[in-house]
Amino acid sequence: MGATHLPSTEFDGTELDDQLEAQAEAALGVPSTEMIQLLGPDGTLGTDSVFSEYAERLDAEKLRGFYADMAAIRRFDQEATALQRQGQLALWVPLTGQEAAQIGSGRASQPQDYIFPTYREHGVALTRNVDLAELLKQFRGVSNGGWNPKDTNFHLYTLVLAAQTPHAVGYAMGIQRDQRLAEAQGVESAQGVDGPAEPKAAVMVYFGDGASSEGDVHESMVFASSYNAPVVFFCQNNHWAISVPTAVQTRIPLSNRAKGYGFPGIRVDGNDVVAVHAVTEWALEHARQGNGPVLIEAFTYRVGAHTTADDPTKYRESSEEALWREKDPLDRLEKYLRAEGMADDAFFAQVAADGDELAAYIRKSTYESDAPDIRTAFANTYVEAHPLVAEELAWFEEYSAGFAGGDEGEGAGR
Amino acid sequence: MTTMTIAKAINEGLRATLSNNPKSLLMGEDIGPLGGVYRVTDGLIGEFGADRVVDTPLAESGIIGTAIGLALRGYLPVAEIQFDGFVFPGFNQITTQLAKMRSRSNGNLTVPVVIRIPYGGGIGSIEHHSESPEALFAHTPGLRIITPSNPHDAYWMIQQAVNCQDPVIFFEPKRRYWLKGEVDTASAGPAEDPFKAHVVREGTDATVVVYGPLVPVALAAANAAAEDGRSIEVIDLRSISPIDFDAIEASVKKTGRLVVAHEAPTFGGIGGEIAARISERAFHSLEAPVIRVGGFHMPYPVAKVEEDYLPDIDRILEALDRAFAY
Repeated sequence: MGATHLPSTEFDGTELDDQLEAQAEAALGVPSTEMIQLLGPDGTLGTDSVFSEYAERLDAEKLRGFYADMAAIRRFDQEATALQRQGQLALWVPLTGQEAAQIGSGRASQPQDYIFPTYREHGVALTRNVDLAELLKQFRGVSNGGWNPKDTNFHLYTLVLAAQTPHAVGYAMGIQRDQRLAEAQGVESAQGVDGPAEPKAAVMVYFGDGASSEGDVHESMVFASSYNAPVVFFCQNNHWAISVPTAVQTRIPLSNRAKGYGFPGIRVDGNDVVAVHAVTEWALEHARQGNGPVLIEAFTYRVGAHTTADDPTKYRESSEEALWREKDPLDRLEKYLRAEGMADDAFFAQVAADGDELAAYIRKSTYESDAPDIRTAFANTYVEAHPLVAEELAWFEEYSAGFAGGDEGEGAGR
Repeated sequence: MTTMTIAKAINEGLRATLSNNPKSLLMGEDIGPLGGVYRVTDGLIGEFGADRVVDTPLAESGIIGTAIGLALRGYLPVAEIQFDGFVFPGFNQITTQLAKMRSRSNGNLTVPVVIRIPYGGGIGSIEHHSESPEALFAHTPGLRIITPSNPHDAYWMIQQAVNCQDPVIFFEPKRRYWLKGEVDTASAGPAEDPFKAHVVREGTDATVVVYGPLVPVALAAANAAAEDGRSIEVIDLRSISPIDFDAIEASVKKTGRLVVAHEAPTFGGIGGEIAARISERAFHSLEAPVIRVGGFHMPYPVAKVEEDYLPDIDRILEALDRAFAY
């Protein structure tokens, strides 16, 4: 692979810095450290020399859809929290406060894009048409991921922080290879000039401000840069890695780190769904067009606890939470929709009713979600036949059969 | 039949893989123009190009992690880790991600990644270059671990590893890279199951189980024992996970004595697992306890004393003496 685009040994560090700064500014029309915001907390729409163009693509129906999505996922989040409190889930990972970051970015992705989430991306899952009831199975202890990623191009949650970031880069390298293989076979797949062709795809990978300290993020950005992989790194800076503030992870805006790897980094108001959507759409287009990786830092806030086992009163002031509640992503879009006459009371009432319906569905499907047979775990450890697994399963069957009623399938392990 | 070294046999096996499957690719540090630090990939970049033989950034977690991503996209990556002791920056990716992907996706995803690792000592090298970490991976469900001891197996087993839909760690006995032997490259396909052991010397009085670099050592020990009138059967395990316990059990039921030898530390090693299983399966056939021969419970020592650490002919003969003392 070419190292030609990398700086030569004669390259001066400051020159590189200046050059990248200039590139970033030329590409974006804005300094990379400035936070992109279009829809302010007061519900008024501002302008941006680059991203307003993307915001203009959003009609009233799409904006209403964003609101409905954000409201649905917040309602889902409340319901899941309640289910955990009732003992129906072992744990829950709330997303409240991060709805705009997730809905805005998820809605900017296209079906052919592949998404690698961490474990809080319930909003992104919604945009990828993942059955939300399936999301809860992991937290109920009945599955490690109830959905098939091939159906939605939404990967399973990854709980080892940042471990999914190199997977995303490898997957993006695979997309590049697919295009090269197709070109080698004489198929004009990329442009679709000669008829229907595969649409260009990119990968988007989510992680947080805490995970940004993991070595895998660094290695992933190095690989992505070296191979110019079509991948968007979407970092939700929600300000707290459980109890540790972002300042312990970084002394510069996280978006600035992209400069060190030689690709654009953009900080966006993560509570502004319009700006998040615009920036992500730009970044995914940038990646799909073969221009390489982008880092997006969505500046947002985890209003609730890290998980239902967490207690934020031990490490942060409630006044800080109150400050961020004033920047609520749903409130500002509601203000805008009402002010512009794009939505009325009937719309918001319908959204609330839909939320209740979703909550009822989630409740019902969780109650009905039973433990799998452990035999499926025997079956899924390997693809191909494995003598040790076969031997242990045979022992288990014999052992289970030794219990009363075991041969009726009600034996041990259920 | 062609005579070649183990290193050349792996090289030829990789060449065949790259030729046969357009979705296969090699990736690792220095595997391109240099051909790898042991020249195992020598010449392949010239033949298949930098897109199929990929020099990666120097980052083991990144290598394994991106290999997983490529496999998820339908590719067959063969990742090289430069030395045994350098696999650990990628350990997290191998054990928490690669090994579990199939299981945690309820069988929906496959990650047919192959990881090549030169392993073992006896080459007089500096620290981290002589280790045998196979038991750490064998303890991880979801992985398969194989290791050839001769050129013919090396040629076929690397291709079988790539064709296997499960992740495979392919341990290469680095001090035997230059061991020559006959390879039947002409056969239509690999005739032998890579996960089965081979009896490489038949005997009647005791069984010695070894794999990888210790196979020639065990054969030499068996020859020495023959001079004392002892008939030793030698089994080349070939697969460390799964282990072909059937083959060992059949041999022990014939010989009544078992010695297991490996370079890795004895404690918590493959030998202990074999001893336990055979004690369960063939207790009444055993004339003596299963004797283990392995590395000591210490970090791999400095090169000038590694001969005292590594199991050799005399250590295996001493273990056989103990087995025959019962």
